[in-house]
Amino acid sequence: MDSAILSLLGAFLLSIMGLFVFIWSMRKGLLVENPRAASVIFARGEIGQADDPALHEAGRAHLQAAAAEPGDAAHAADPRELAQRIEADRSSAFPVFMFIAFAILWLVLGSVAGLTASLKLHMPDWLVGEAWQTFGRVRTMHLTAVLYGWITNAALGLIVWLLPRLLRTRLFGAPWVMLGGAFINIAIASAIGAIGAGWSDGMEYLEMPWQIGLFIVVGFVCIIGPVLYTLVNRKVESLYVSVWYLVAALLWITLLFLVAKLPGVHTGVQQATTNWWYGHNVLGLWFTPISVGAIYYFLPKIIGRPVRSYNLSILGFWTLAFFYGQVGGHHLIGGPIPGWLSTLSIVQSMMMIIPVAAFTINMAGTLRGRMHLALHSPTLRFMMFGGLMYMLSSVQGSLEALRSVNQVAHFTHFTVAHAHLGAYAFVTMVLFGAIYFMLPRVLHWEWPYPRLISLQFWLAAIGILIYFVGLSIGGWLQGLAMLDASRPFMESVQLTIPYLQWRSVGGALMVLSHLVFAGHFLAMALRFGPQRTGAALFAPQSPQALEVAHGK
Amino acid sequence: MENEVKLAAGAMVSLAVATAALVVLPYMEVRDIAPPEGLKPYTSAQLRGREVYIANGCVYCHTQQPRDRNLGPDHERGWGRASVPGDYVYDKPHLLGSMRTGPDLFNIGVRQPSKDWHLGHLYQPRAYVPGSIMPAYPYLFETKAAAEPGDEVVKLPPGQGPAGKVVVARPEALDLVKYLQGLDHTYPVLPPPPRSAAGPAAGSAS
Repeated sequence: MDSAILSLLGAFLLSIMGLFVFIWSMRKGLLVENPRAASVIFARGEIGQADDPALHEAGRAHLQAAAAEPGDAAHAADPRELAQRIEADRSSAFPVFMFIAFAILWLVLGSVAGLTASLKLHMPDWLVGEAWQTFGRVRTMHLTAVLYGWITNAALGLIVWLLPRLLRTRLFGAPWVMLGGAFINIAIASAIGAIGAGWSDGMEYLEMPWQIGLFIVVGFVCIIGPVLYTLVNRKVESLYVSVWYLVAALLWITLLFLVAKLPGVHTGVQQATTNWWYGHNVLGLWFTPISVGAIYYFLPKIIGRPVRSYNLSILGFWTLAFFYGQVGGHHLIGGPIPGWLSTLSIVQSMMMIIPVAAFTINMAGTLRGRMHLALHSPTLRFMMFGGLMYMLSSVQGSLEALRSVNQVAHFTHFTVAHAHLGAYAFVTMVLFGAIYFMLPRVLHWEWPYPRLISLQFWLAAIGILIYFVGLSIGGWLQGLAMLDASRPFMESVQLTIPYLQWRSVGGALMVLSHLVFAGHFLAMALRFGPQRTGAALFAPQSPQALEVAHGK
Repeated sequence: MENEVKLAAGAMVSLAVATAALVVLPYMEVRDIAPPEGLKPYTSAQLRGREVYIANGCVYCHTQQPRDRNLGPDHERGWGRASVPGDYVYDKPHLLGSMRTGPDLFNIGVRQPSKDWHLGHLYQPRAYVPGSIMPAYPYLFETKAAAEPGDEVVKLPPGQGPAGKVVVARPEALDLVKYLQGLDHTYPVLPPPPRSAAGPAAGSAS
């Protein structure tokens, strides 16, 4: 059989399958909108009420006034459902506070290490006296601290806080969750120490020695148990899309990490494909679903309107689940791997346009005519920025997998810029916004200095912009120079230096924004600023006072 | 319960498909690969040197995977022929790398066989390659007033070392250089047999 007949047959089978899927979705009513499932994040009567806990009273009134739309019925939210939510929040407060506190600690340490590594690339004789200060180790400490320390801790805090809310129940097994968090953070601290001392497993994203990795797996298992138990004890009828994203991501990362770290199994080229299967899935099946799940909750919640299309969000979930897992091979295009593997990964990278389009269309529909609310709500600003960057970084990633683009971008700083667009401009910004929303509910204390939230946003946004634009241009020029055999290799090194310096400037702004963030967090945890609502976490108060805080 | 089961099962199936494609199939494909005739296993000194390479993160700036001619001028730059899975049989962990802030090192032992060059270059890269942004690694060396018997004194270009003292390589530096000198994958490899040749043989076996 030649390839023409094969491809015709393939197209025929695909269209038949497509037809059946269409008939099935008609029968299931998936093409009819499902506003009830989209509204499950609201208490009865709550739609139309904007909600941004990061704002003070006057700010809230402004936001509410701006969010009001004709046709809003003027009745209060069901107090019973609000009480349920307060109970959910109180049950998760301790573990969530623990995860966020650790996350911020690692964010500050990790980004200082990142800035150091960035400076070292254009100041190669700076801090070379001690082994732990060398570029190869500082860079890896940065990666471990921000990936496992910052993003993973913040993501776990997000899961533990959101699930009880979305399932309308309390968090079961909170002590186990905290035990799991302790294991994970012991592992992160040990891994950073080990890397500094030169003990590393040597594979990107998987540097932490597997002996330390055991703690991570045990920690995840300790958290999965309570999460699943909370899930089956839910009091809500249908699962909101964020629950799908968050729970699936938690299961995925545990298995990914376990399989990738299996000692003594992987060797040679197969180890390289496993390495990138893991390396890309950390982003694709852990950071991305967490952040997308967060946007699907916070964005509608802040503006007080359900997402435009619930079914589109579910389509996005399943396409992400099936396509994203297989894209890792595009990190090895041109390498010594089987040709079918890179082709498969390139095809699935292009398919990723489907979930991204589903997400973008949905968010654009939800925000249509409501963009101006970002002027009033700092949390919404983080979410919108992150959502936009998700679209950009994902589309860029799909294009980068194409052989023609990959040929230039592979092995250059362009890839590093792209990684930061995803992990920082998208994921980290969403996590910032989520923390600004969650912490007042966790601590029952308002952010003492709201102006710092705006300051942090602009420092981080401008920082990552400088970082991304500078490094992308530098990386692209570097790639072109490397492809031109008539130019000596050193030229590709020399021409990047101004761009590497710009990267350090952008990085410095980002570090500064983290210091502002961490300082603000400390001020809040230590109860600076005027007291407006009661302190719940460390000194429980009467339910009445809490209800006032939640129900506005 | 229906939704929970759908969620867990769907998540597991999608991950299983990805794992099959990127982990299990490559595992089956390369499991029984024999090392090419020209490839020698690492000596124990080279293995120790490889650990130094890993510990100091050389892989973050140097690849070990020359590409085919139609993907880039790797061959013209002297980095060697395109690598094949058999070249990596002894590599645990793999060090393919993903960045070329510096050049590919898959055949550095051929391009730069001199021990003196490597030791001096590790001590101060800019003494050999002006404009290099590779870090200096002074902690792999010791400075002494005078060399003792058995010391490996680094021969630096004039004006580079500390005045009136000698620079002596520590064992880590010597092992690392042995590993780098041993990076030689210039032996010939046969292209994989075409499918039509393998077909009848497989058919008769079954």
